[in-house]
Amino acid sequence: MDPITVLLVVFVAFLAGMEGILDEFEFHQPLVACTLVGLVTGHLEAGIMLGGSLQMIALGWANIGAAVAPDAALASVASSIIMVLALNGGSSDTQTAITTSIALAVPLSVAGLFLTMVVRTLAIPIVHAMDACADKGNFRGVEAWHIVAIIMQGVRIAIPAAALCFVPSDAVTAALNAMPAWLTDGMSIGGGMVAAVGYAMVINMMATREVWPFFALGFVLATISELTLIALGAIGLSLAFIYLGLKEAAQAGGGAGGSGDPLGDILNDY
Amino acid sequence: MADKIQLSKKDRLSVAWRHQFLQGSWNYERMQNGGWCYSIIPAIKKLYSNKEDQISALKRHMEFYNTHPYVSAPVMGVTLALEEERANGAQVDDAAIQGVKVGMMGPLAGVGDPVFWYTVRPILGALGASMAMSGNIIGPLLFFVAWNVIRMAFLWYTQEFGYKVGTEITKDLSGGLLGKITSGASILGMFIIGALVQRWVSISFAPTVSTVQLSEGAYIDWSAISSTASSDGVGAAIQSALSQQASGLSLTDTTVTTLQQNLDSLIPGLAAVGLTLLCCWLLKKKVSPIVIIIALFVVGVAGHLIGLL
Repeated sequence: MDPITVLLVVFVAFLAGMEGILDEFEFHQPLVACTLVGLVTGHLEAGIMLGGSLQMIALGWANIGAAVAPDAALASVASSIIMVLALNGGSSDTQTAITTSIALAVPLSVAGLFLTMVVRTLAIPIVHAMDACADKGNFRGVEAWHIVAIIMQGVRIAIPAAALCFVPSDAVTAALNAMPAWLTDGMSIGGGMVAAVGYAMVINMMATREVWPFFALGFVLATISELTLIALGAIGLSLAFIYLGLKEAAQAGGGAGGSGDPLGDILNDY
Repeated sequence: MADKIQLSKKDRLSVAWRHQFLQGSWNYERMQNGGWCYSIIPAIKKLYSNKEDQISALKRHMEFYNTHPYVSAPVMGVTLALEEERANGAQVDDAAIQGVKVGMMGPLAGVGDPVFWYTVRPILGALGASMAMSGNIIGPLLFFVAWNVIRMAFLWYTQEFGYKVGTEITKDLSGGLLGKITSGASILGMFIIGALVQRWVSISFAPTVSTVQLSEGAYIDWSAISSTASSDGVGAAIQSALSQQASGLSLTDTTVTTLQQNLDSLIPGLAAVGLTLLCCWLLKKKVSPIVIIIALFVVGVAGHLIGLL
């Protein structure tokens, strides 16, 4: 890669690293990070495709409280750099490069997780420095240390990204081409199943006896291929409003002296 | 009495902008405290001119704090209202401010996580990703723009809401509104996840269940087609073959049924939902998601080698 490309890639990596902790602009989501790496390296379409596939896997990865999920930032940045290297090497085809990058993204997300924990520990002395500034009423100091902490999170991804940029692309392509077809095909099959883990994480967070039927409805309605995701979203939203409305009505009815059995009430009035 | 010191809209916007960097100095000791203090600095500068007051305000806002980064906005709004009253001489002590922060952060985090991380992001992410997988730039753009518009609007308007309503917001919080939002989000979230499992978890079982020899006349007789080709030309042959296929004749003289087709005739995606529920169960058994992901790749490769997948 030429120096300007490397700089741009490192900049994208820096943004992704910052967002890995901030979770605001979402530069660390594969859909955004891989697209940006693809854009600055001239492999926009491949980057978008990789981002889409990785996003499906990473949908359920979220930082809750002190717990940290697999790190989407390092996974998406590093795997897209590897894909770009493979494509630059020439002989490897796009689909193989994408599939292999997805498989590599998984161990990378674990490595990113450890880096996050290191940085979050390093942030402890930083807040102590902020305490010291607060004691003196030093606004500038508090602000500067906070910004240092954010930069540290950006550097967490920028350094591995920069290092990867200097791997010769021939080597990456050669390694990919050396992989037998059964391995790449098998990994692509595995990649199709991996999305289930992310969904399972989300389900475990939300599932109660009350909402399981909605899961079943969503699953069954999705078999109608004419329904787009937006259509399904509209159905889901309507169901939620209908359900909450009915539930409220049932409770209000109960409070107003009804028997709690609307059908029985109607029959009695009849 | 001197004029009331008030936070202008500019001050509040400045706080809201900084609030986006809330988690920047996230640490294992007091979590989001540094980012919170960083966010509220413009208000402290405006409200307290005395150095002593500024120092005590800074220290007051370096206390432990942790919630979902977006629903933190209404907490910030209420805190701004309290600080403003305090600066104007009202009896608002440190404990009251810290109490409001701690009292709001728990229940609000319980809303923010399901609404943003488990409903809005998976839906927008899946929508964008499904377009992106075919290389369509609209996918990532849609995700990025929609997400940030929703997020910024939420941050600003809920902070304003908290600021205007002040401590009375706690009444609203206990009024069941939060519970309703949470269960509404869970319903929508579960519905969409169900749909996503069907659409995007792919397992395909390769083994052949049965191979049935078709009777004559049920498949295209290719030798007749080739004789047509030699007598009437290739065009006529292709036309004849296509019209035969359109009338329902099979292309081969056998019908192959795979295990996957059998499963699909029950309901498409049955294996996918089974796998997802298995993952749910494993996660509940405290198996790390990373272990499950790596295991699935191993299963994919091994299953492919033995011809199952």
